[in-house]
Amino acid sequence: MYDGKYIIPGLIVFVALMTFPIWKNMGNAGIVPKPEKPVGVTKCVESAQYMRTSHMKLLDDWRDETLRDGDRTPVEVDGVKYEKSLMNGCLKCHTDKKKFCDECHVYASVKPYCWDCHYVPKETF
Amino acid sequence: MDIKRRQFLKVAGLSTIAGLGAPAAFNLLLKGGPDTVSYASSGGEAEASHEAAPTGVRLGMVIDQRVFDANKGLAQKCTTACHTVHNVPNFGNKKDEIKWIFEVPFEKAFTGKSQYHKNKNLEDSSFLVLCNHCDNPPCVRACPTKATFKRKDGIVAMDYHRCIGCRFCMAACPYGMRSFNWRDPRPFIDQKTHNKEFPTRMRGVVEKCNFCVDRLARGQQPACVEACGNTGAMTFGDLNDSHSEIVKLLDNNFTIQRKPSLGTNPSVFYIV
Amino acid sequence: MLEKALTGSNKYWGWIAVLLAFMAAGALSYVQQYNYGLGMTGMSRDVSWGIYIAQFTFLVGVAASGVMVVLPYYLHNYKIFGKITILGEFLAVAAVSMCLLFIMADLGQPTRALNVLLHPTPGSILFWDMIVLNVYLFLNIFVGWVVLTAEKKEVAPPKWIKPFIYISIPWAVSIHTVTAFLYAGLPGRHFWLTAILAPRFLASAFAAGPALLILLCLIIKRVTKFDAGQEAIQKLVTIVTYAALINVFFILLEFFTSYYSNIPGHMHTLDYLFFGLHGHSQLVPWMRVSAIFGIVAIVMFLIPAARKREDTLAIACVLLFVSFWIDKGIGLVIGGFVPSPLEEITAYYPSFQEIMITLGIWATGFFILTVLFKIALSVKEEKMIS
Repeated sequence: MYDGKYIIPGLIVFVALMTFPIWKNMGNAGIVPKPEKPVGVTKCVESAQYMRTSHMKLLDDWRDETLRDGDRTPVEVDGVKYEKSLMNGCLKCHTDKKKFCDECHVYASVKPYCWDCHYVPKETF
Repeated sequence: MDIKRRQFLKVAGLSTIAGLGAPAAFNLLLKGGPDTVSYASSGGEAEASHEAAPTGVRLGMVIDQRVFDANKGLAQKCTTACHTVHNVPNFGNKKDEIKWIFEVPFEKAFTGKSQYHKNKNLEDSSFLVLCNHCDNPPCVRACPTKATFKRKDGIVAMDYHRCIGCRFCMAACPYGMRSFNWRDPRPFIDQKTHNKEFPTRMRGVVEKCNFCVDRLARGQQPACVEACGNTGAMTFGDLNDSHSEIVKLLDNNFTIQRKPSLGTNPSVFYIV
Repeated sequence: MLEKALTGSNKYWGWIAVLLAFMAAGALSYVQQYNYGLGMTGMSRDVSWGIYIAQFTFLVGVAASGVMVVLPYYLHNYKIFGKITILGEFLAVAAVSMCLLFIMADLGQPTRALNVLLHPTPGSILFWDMIVLNVYLFLNIFVGWVVLTAEKKEVAPPKWIKPFIYISIPWAVSIHTVTAFLYAGLPGRHFWLTAILAPRFLASAFAAGPALLILLCLIIKRVTKFDAGQEAIQKLVTIVTYAALINVFFILLEFFTSYYSNIPGHMHTLDYLFFGLHGHSQLVPWMRVSAIFGIVAIVMFLIPAARKREDTLAIACVLLFVSFWIDKGIGLVIGGFVPSPLEEITAYYPSFQEIMITLGIWATGFFILTVLFKIALSVKEEKMIS
């Protein structure tokens, strides 16, 4: 290879740099997020498994139904009525954003812009 | 270039475009077109002489200016109530200001009306102006994303999630009733009095009066109407319901509207 | 052919460096604006569109003007324009790119710009504007590149490019008509609510755009071996003169309708722009300068001795370009917002960041223009040598 003595080491350095994020934390999944469930509440609109995968879809559906279709009828699950609302539904029970929502969001490096407008009713913004 | 490679790339390119476009095309054909949102009625019903038979709810408001003239501090209560209930920020400067409902003199609210030898009352009258929730809203026509849209009950609503902040609706509104969040509004909302059950808005979106949809859903009157108490200064109701209080008011009183010649067919009436 | 933009004289690289500096400054200001919000500009609740949209409106016109060289050559076989059609097309590419950048800079939530595609709204003119502008950009890049490649290989352009060229001609008219429709269909803005707005836009575009093209040809003649030819330039001058005269005529028509009808709503904006309204006369010097520049430029174009000499021609082109830039940009867009629908007057002053971003986007446009012209002219120069 022409200029092989520069190219091969150069390639090795390049590959090492490019794959740095993979091997730096190899074997370490990081601090597993532990979102704290609210005290005294055992039921939610959906199961924890569904929420883990699809809470954004639920929120988007609620948003479109409430805001665009004007359908604000509460959702009834196991006899409990929940408003189809982030602030007046979910956050009525999940009152600590830092200990619940932010736990996973920070871990996954997700910055939902929902918080630009919505906030935990009990907290100041 | 190898002819075979060229042919391959052409076929690959075309099939990629077809692959990307086909689902979208299918979607459009199956769903029958873009989002089926109730578009504003255009043309036909707006003609002055002929009114189509009204169907469904059409929310509207009558502002009795005589009551506001008699109670000078009442209008301020309405604007404060509205801005508090909806967490409207106060930036403290005219450039960035956001206002959903506010007071202006007669010549600014009713620019088309004669200002010559006005009724003496009107000289120091102060009229509350707010989004007219037009039946034929130019702002809804203008919005490229349907972020502002007309609901079936007549309210012209804002979807802050979808607004891209192009401000075309602000140019389109003939009444100047829309405001833009030129910066983050949160530092300018009074934390002591804000409404904890209502979100704020983010910078970069347009906002305006929403006829208190959130309060209506809870069976409450709009905040401004409630602030008037029993004075009868503001009446809110269904314009299509011939038995409603608002229709009775309209039947029995001469009312004016802002810029009626533009064909927007506003839902807000003024008894002067 | 892109590699042709990577070789050049010191002057070329010096020019590129200057452009990059302005682009960087603009980018920095944009970062500030993105973090703070559009409040960093001079726009307000009453004047909700400012120089970003003003530049966009003007530049759509410059982009449409490419048709003024394409139409005679391809539809009427006017061979004299053969050498410069590529320049017209590439100028259109640079101008449309600037338009799109100005729109992005003006959005309150630019990350949501794709909502216009995700939620198509055929009733909204802005939706159609997005479509026609992007298609026009594609058409000009595509046609320009294919035709230039053919020229480089010294063959005739392939037959399948002809439909695209023919489409680009009415499409050029459409982009500016649709942009005019943005304004001309709004019921609350009496200054814009006139049927003559679209013709006015087109007339001013077909004057300002070719004027810029003439200037560019004169500059190119000095820095490269490429000479567009006296006949081509003089024919462009003819086009500019007629278009400018028609535009001035249209403006005078607006004055007549407003002042003879004496309807306050129609007069108020013209009062504000040209004479001052209720003590507010901030834009009056601008509009009067625009009028003077326009008249002087047209007179110079009409005098044969002035339009045949390159130095006076260049001055006339600059005066015309600036005049119509003020008229369409500042006069039309800002003027339309004053007085507000509540008959209030709010002054608009662009802020420092706003100006830096504007300059940065203009620099980006000129950067694209320089690169594309360098490629096109390198191809032509190679042919001249061989």
